[in-house]
This record gives sequence, structure tokens and C-alpha cells, in this order.
Amino acid sequence: MSTTAKTLAVAGAVAAALSVQMTTPVHAQAQEKCFGVSLAGENDCAAGPGTSCAGTSTVDYQGNAWTLVEAGTCADIELPAMADGTERSGSLEELDRDLPA
Amino acid sequence: MLDASPPFDRLPNKPGVGYKPQHFAEIMADPGPVAWLEIHAENYMGAGGRPLAQMRALAERFAISVHGVGLSIGGEGRLDPEHLARLKHLIGWLKPASFSEHLAWSTHDSHFLNDLLPLPYTAATLARVCDHIDEVQEAVGRRMLLENPSTYLAFSESDMLEVDFLSEIATRTGCGLLFDVNNVFVSATNQQTDPLSYIDAFPLDKVGEIHLGGHDEDEDDHGATLLIDSHGKPVVDPVWALYDHTIARGGAKPTLIEWDNDVPEWPVLAAEAARAEAALAQLAQ
Amino acid sequence: MTDQTDFTQALLDPKSAVPDGLVDPQGRPAPKRFDVYRNNVAVSLTDALETAFPVIHKLLGDEFFRAMAGVYLRAHPPSSALMMYYGAAMPEFLRSFEPVAHLPYLADVARLEIAIREAYHSADSTPIASETLGALAPEDLMQARFTLAPALRIVTSEWPIHALWQFNMAGGPKPQMQAQDVMIARPEFDPVQTLLPMGAATFISALGQGETLGTAFESVTQTHPDFDLSATLGCLLGASALTSLTIGPPT
Repeated sequence: MSTTAKTLAVAGAVAAALSVQMTTPVHAQAQEKCFGVSLAGENDCAAGPGTSCAGTSTVDYQGNAWTLVEAGTCADIELPAMADGTERSGSLEELDRDLPA
Repeated sequence: MLDASPPFDRLPNKPGVGYKPQHFAEIMADPGPVAWLEIHAENYMGAGGRPLAQMRALAERFAISVHGVGLSIGGEGRLDPEHLARLKHLIGWLKPASFSEHLAWSTHDSHFLNDLLPLPYTAATLARVCDHIDEVQEAVGRRMLLENPSTYLAFSESDMLEVDFLSEIATRTGCGLLFDVNNVFVSATNQQTDPLSYIDAFPLDKVGEIHLGGHDEDEDDHGATLLIDSHGKPVVDPVWALYDHTIARGGAKPTLIEWDNDVPEWPVLAAEAARAEAALAQLAQ
Repeated sequence: MTDQTDFTQALLDPKSAVPDGLVDPQGRPAPKRFDVYRNNVAVSLTDALETAFPVIHKLLGDEFFRAMAGVYLRAHPPSSALMMYYGAAMPEFLRSFEPVAHLPYLADVARLEIAIREAYHSADSTPIASETLGALAPEDLMQARFTLAPALRIVTSEWPIHALWQFNMAGGPKPQMQAQDVMIARPEFDPVQTLLPMGAATFISALGQGETLGTAFESVTQTHPDFDLSATLGCLLGASALTSLTIGPPT
């Protein structure tokens, strides 16, 4: 592309983008709001749950409990295991076997 | 940025509530008995966005109390200079009517543990806490209030009573105190001491603010009652009674309702504030 | 003496003994009393991670996520008191956490969630008016340099991260395999995300580094001959992502 052609291409693209801005309300464009008023990770000065629960058990989750990953929505999503489309050799079953029971 | 200093140089002797962003519209429309708001400093240390915009609007209409939860004044190590700088910036920007923090620690070896952890009460810890308070008051350029904690255990090395420890800090550093009546009740239950004696020994003339909040009930290894300062329920009647006793002895004070877990709809919080307002009104008669 | 090193170590390692000298009112050891603090730390940090990574939480399910958070918070306790930023090491953690090795897209989803939170707390800014751009002669357009909004974040991925977010948070369809680049911006107070056309991430990064519109366009077309400048500018303007414009050499 010559410099002139590039300049014209850029100017044309800018004009097209601007005309879309003028005619389409922002909310109708392809954007998604990520969240509303109440948000992410606030500090507070309250105590938590008392004497019995998650803080005292911990890494005991290793082993069988890690198979619970199937309880999430990831179980519904069939994406290839590698970005290039090749399946990983390790399956979930195989993974269980590798972990301490 | 605020254009001018907010018109509130002190908290009124009226009810306030711990501010939650989901209540913004209702507070702006009709705050009811709520005359001032308290925020947790750390939630307003971002660079911009909704939290700071809401605060800019609220500070025009309400006295604001900045209540820190992350400074680790009771820590063995030095105060985090970055956190202190952020606090100084926030206080310089917001010019709140009050600034307070906790008698507790939460950071060790640069790890922030997100809880208000206890310390033994000894001459050595007293000196350390006083040094830290001097440093904070110097850095932010104003007097701070220090809050009595909820505690769940005791240190066998402690050789001072908490109430004497706090009194001595106030005397040495010139800081004021924040008197949390629920914490008094929780700690007295957990330590099996008498909350009324604690209140009667407390230097209430140095108290610039009172906290009220709800707690949960649990038990320890031996079946003894263990109260948890969970801020997830209404204030219980015995705590209201201790509050009445406190203001009867110390006079009316700015009184905060704290509710941090399972935060209720605005009317529930406003009703708690109304109860504090009624107690303050009773006192005035 | 109970020092805070021992106290901290025992807080974070539930298998370790409660430090000496922590007692009940009768002076007896009080492990359940110490557990109150252990729980406060673990549960409050787990809650903070759950709030920070709602999509990861849904993908893995509550029980798995909270168990994993227990491992994360001990490997990466917060280094600052600001819970709003806690979890910055989550992408690298997910890349190396063996039980999720079969879900390699998680790390990029976590990057997207971090970008959204950062945008929420970023400094405010005022966008340039579209007319400012429209008024420029073509030659000046080529020499135009922009400042990007402080809230602007670009997350590039070999995975359909936008579709994964949509599927979990907005009832979107099941994600299909494709690479997706996402722009996060904050026109007002809520972050918005926009799926970017191919090459747009490269182009926007070039603008962010101070290259002119002409140079940025030229370099992106080397790698993406079909680059859609009009759509990309539309994304930027629509998200209030351009905050200043100068013509000529960098100032």
C-alpha cells in the first residue's frame, strides 16, 4: 500500500467508526457490563465463622476431593485440552490415580 | 477531588452506620436517624471509580469516620510505610471527621492475614504500640482513636489488664479511644470477666466514638461459651444494656451500628440506628 | 513468650501445634480458641478469592474452589492489606496446580477477572470527544498519538475467554474453541468488556506505547492483513478508552 493509500484507508476507517458512534447508543454496542454496585474483595473488621470449619481442615482436601472439579460448569464445557487442539494424554481418571487417597 | 473541606470537623453525638455501597441510593434519599457514616479505610484506597465517587458525594452531606482495619498497630514489625502513605493520602483527600484503628495486629513479615489478631498486654508490647501510634499520628497529622478488641484467648505472659493497657496508651500518646461495647461483652464472656467493671474502669472521657454490633455464639474445648464478633446480626439486649450504662456514665457519644456479614436491607440497619437514637434521647431527658 | 512468627506460622498451618502460652481463662491450653483466628484468616481470604474470581468459582464448583483457595492462600498470603487486589498470583497458580491441569484455559480466565477488578478501581478519566477525531485532516490523523484510559486492560488468549465469561455470568451459549482477545474499559463506574477483532490487541498496545495511528496501523497490517481499523476504533471510542490526542512527535 502506498502512503497515500494508507492515509486514505485510515481516514476512511476513522470516518466509518465515527458514524457508527453517532448513530448507535453506547449501550447497544457489543459490550457487557461486568458487575454492579457491590464489589470485589472488601476489607472489614468482622470475625468469621467461629471454631469449626474450613480454616482448620485444609490440605486434607487432596486426593478424592479434587475430583469434585466435575461439580463445576467446566464439566459442561468441551474445549480441547490444548490450545492447538490436541488432547492431553492425561484424563481426569488418570489424575485421580496420581494423587494421595 | 473535593473542592473544599467538608463542613464536618467532628462526629455528632448521634447514630451512624458502617457504610455499604449497596445502601448508597437509600442513604442519599432518606438517611432516617443516621447522621454519619463510617468506612473501612482499605476499601477506599483504590485510584478511582465508584467507591471514591460515592464517597465524594456522601462526604458533602455526612460526617465521615475513617476506620482502618489493616495498619497492624499491634504488630512486632515496623508499620508498613506504603500502607501508612496510602492512609495519609486518603485522610488528606477525604478530611474525615474522625480516624480510628484497632488494638490488634494483622501483618507479619509482609504477609497480611486479614484478621484482627490479639497481643499480650505487657510493658514491652505497651511501648511498641505507643511507638506505632506516635508514628501514625505523626504521619496523618491528627489524633486517632484506638479501639478495644474482641478476644478469644489470653496470653499467659500478659501482666496488665486490657483496660489499663488502653488507658496507658491514651495517656502516653494522647490518642483517643473508640469504645466497642459489643467487643467488651464478647471479650468479657470469652475471658469470663465482668463487663460492667470493664466499663467502669474505662477512661470514657477519652472516648470519641462507640461501636455496637452483633455476634455469634460458639463454645470452646471445655464447653465454655465463646462469642464471635461476627457483625452479622442485630445488637443483642445485654449489649444495649451495657450501652445504656456506658452513656449514662460517659455521656452521649457518636454511636455506630456495625453490620459487615449478611448485610441487611437498609430499613433493618436504620432501625438499629433508631434504637441507638432512642437511647441517646432518653439520656438527654 | 508467644511471638508473632510462631503465631503466624500456626495460623497458616492447621497441622502445627498451637503456640505455647495461649490459654483459656483458667490458664489451660485452648486450641479451639486459637481455631477462631485460624478460621478468620482462612475463611476471610477464601471469601475474598471467591468474590474476586466468580467465573473460576463457577467453573470449578464451590467445594473444589474453596478447597483450592485453602491451598492458594497458604502459598500466596496477601502481601498488602488491600483485599480489592488480592489474588494477583492466581493465573500462575492455576497454571501449575496439578488437579486443574486438564483445564488449561483457567489461567487466562483468571487474568480476565483480575483485569476487570483492576479496571473497577482505576483512576477516573475523561474521553476525547469523537468530533476531535473527526475534525482532523487525513495527514494529521496519521500523526495522531493517543493516551489510553487508566482503566483500559487488554487480555489476549488462545482460549475463548470472553465466551467462558459469558457462559458463566450472563447465560451465554456453550463456548466454542477459538482464540479470543478482550478489552476491559470503564466508561462510567462499571467495567465493560468488548470482544476485540483480530489484531486489535496488537494495535491498541502499539497506541498505548505512544505510536502514531499511522505507524500502529501499518505494523498491525503486517501480521493481520485483514485488520479492521474501523471496528477497532469503534470499540475504543464506545468504551471511552481514548483520553487525549496529540499530533506530531511525542511530548
